[in-house]
Amino acid sequence: MRQQSMLARQLLYWLSMAAGLVLAIVPLPGWLDPVRPDLALLAMIYFILTSPRIAGLGYAWLSGLFLDVLRGMVLGQHALGFLLVGYVTHKLQLQMRMFPILQQAAIVLLLLGLYHFVVFWIDGLTGHGYTAWVRWLPVISGALLWPLVVAVGDSLTRRSS
Amino acid sequence: MVELTHDSRPIIGRGPPLTAYFLTLAAISIGLMVADQRYHQIDQVREWLSAVVHPVQRAVDIPFRATDWVTGSFADRGRLRQEKLELTARLRLANLQLQRFAALEEENRRLRDMRENTAGVVEKVLVSSILNVDLDPFRHRVLLDKGAVDGVFRGQAVLDGEGIFGQVTKVNAATAEVILISDAEHAIPVQSNRSGVRTIAVGTGDINKLSLPFVTAESDLKEGDLLISTGMGGVFPPGYPVAKVTRVKRAGSTFATGPATCCSSGSRNWHPANPPVRRRRGAETPRRAVAPLPRRWPRQRLPGPRAHPVRPAARRAPHRQRDP
Repeated sequence: MRQQSMLARQLLYWLSMAAGLVLAIVPLPGWLDPVRPDLALLAMIYFILTSPRIAGLGYAWLSGLFLDVLRGMVLGQHALGFLLVGYVTHKLQLQMRMFPILQQAAIVLLLLGLYHFVVFWIDGLTGHGYTAWVRWLPVISGALLWPLVVAVGDSLTRRSS
Repeated sequence: MVELTHDSRPIIGRGPPLTAYFLTLAAISIGLMVADQRYHQIDQVREWLSAVVHPVQRAVDIPFRATDWVTGSFADRGRLRQEKLELTARLRLANLQLQRFAALEEENRRLRDMRENTAGVVEKVLVSSILNVDLDPFRHRVLLDKGAVDGVFRGQAVLDGEGIFGQVTKVNAATAEVILISDAEHAIPVQSNRSGVRTIAVGTGDINKLSLPFVTAESDLKEGDLLISTGMGGVFPPGYPVAKVTRVKRAGSTFATGPATCCSSGSRNWHPANPPVRRRRGAETPRRAVAPLPRRWPRQRLPGPRAHPVRPAARRAPHRQRDP
């Protein structure tokens, strides 16, 4: 019984990673494109909070690497961002679980800011810098979507809210 | 509110492995980035990884293609007739312009031989189309549906129906990423068709505009001038339209900028549309066999079958390659 649910849970993680990657490259209308939230990252944060034993750093790093292959400039850029956010989330998970949803969203805002900062910095270091302010919009859109991600995740894993 | 799992093992005792894990993976990431940036060694790794994510790209692309196909299948007769008439008229015009092509090509080859330059060649193309996948929104990149298995190589020139489109930056197993000429990181050597002034057209980040920052105030450039590729650097084939000059600003003492509109309509509506994009390959056409062009000039010329004898041309001193 435990074995089965572990397997089902792992399948859910990989599927949600695939879904996050799909949503990262789905064509959106031009004005919506810069605001695209990083659903793969949000899903990863959610899974680290709910099942830290199964969703480890390897999972985070692989997600970031696949995202790199899909739309990164340098291989390893998003992997490092995902890894960093995953590590910080693991360290903070005990506190984060206890917070009300709004406070969690605030911390998610900071985590997204960290992720986008890492990507921005590496872009600059490798010569692909893009400094327009719109590149920081996904931080806000991701944090705003955090309650939705928690709601969807909870209903998918059948937890009581 | 999230809850703890039903697993009762203590979570707090998972300290040390986590940091070690983190540092190891971080070191691997940094190693990958350095290798990718400096040595291009890991293009192979990227190819393998892209084979894994290729289904994801296809999964995103297929619904759009399916809707295109469905709307195409149900197009009404009147619209189809209209399209057919327009296309026939365009084809007639193109054929008319093409009649002189054979004579001009031969004349050009003779003139080049006289000046002992490398002979112009007719290259072979690979047709591909753009996948309906959004890459980075701030950079002008598109994904094509042909990759390493089809013989695509890094730096290969890409054209569409109306001019130069871009060049290949990353080659995956079954797809390839192309940087458009309007991307801010791209520059292409061009020449004015009317006056022969050579300069470099740099992308601006605006999909319809290129800028010519290296033009002096005295150069003979006018609005409406057609800019064609010169072929310098060995990446783009010479003689293809790139842009038209729309505005010439003679500012200051030394430099003037002439923002040029991209000729290639593919770059104007590359976002949702799916135009067929020709990719230049280098070598011979089935009809007229001429000496094959080396892939990346000025490498050694490859021997190949010839329909008629072509005088071997003297090799020019190699130029520095432009890094894509």
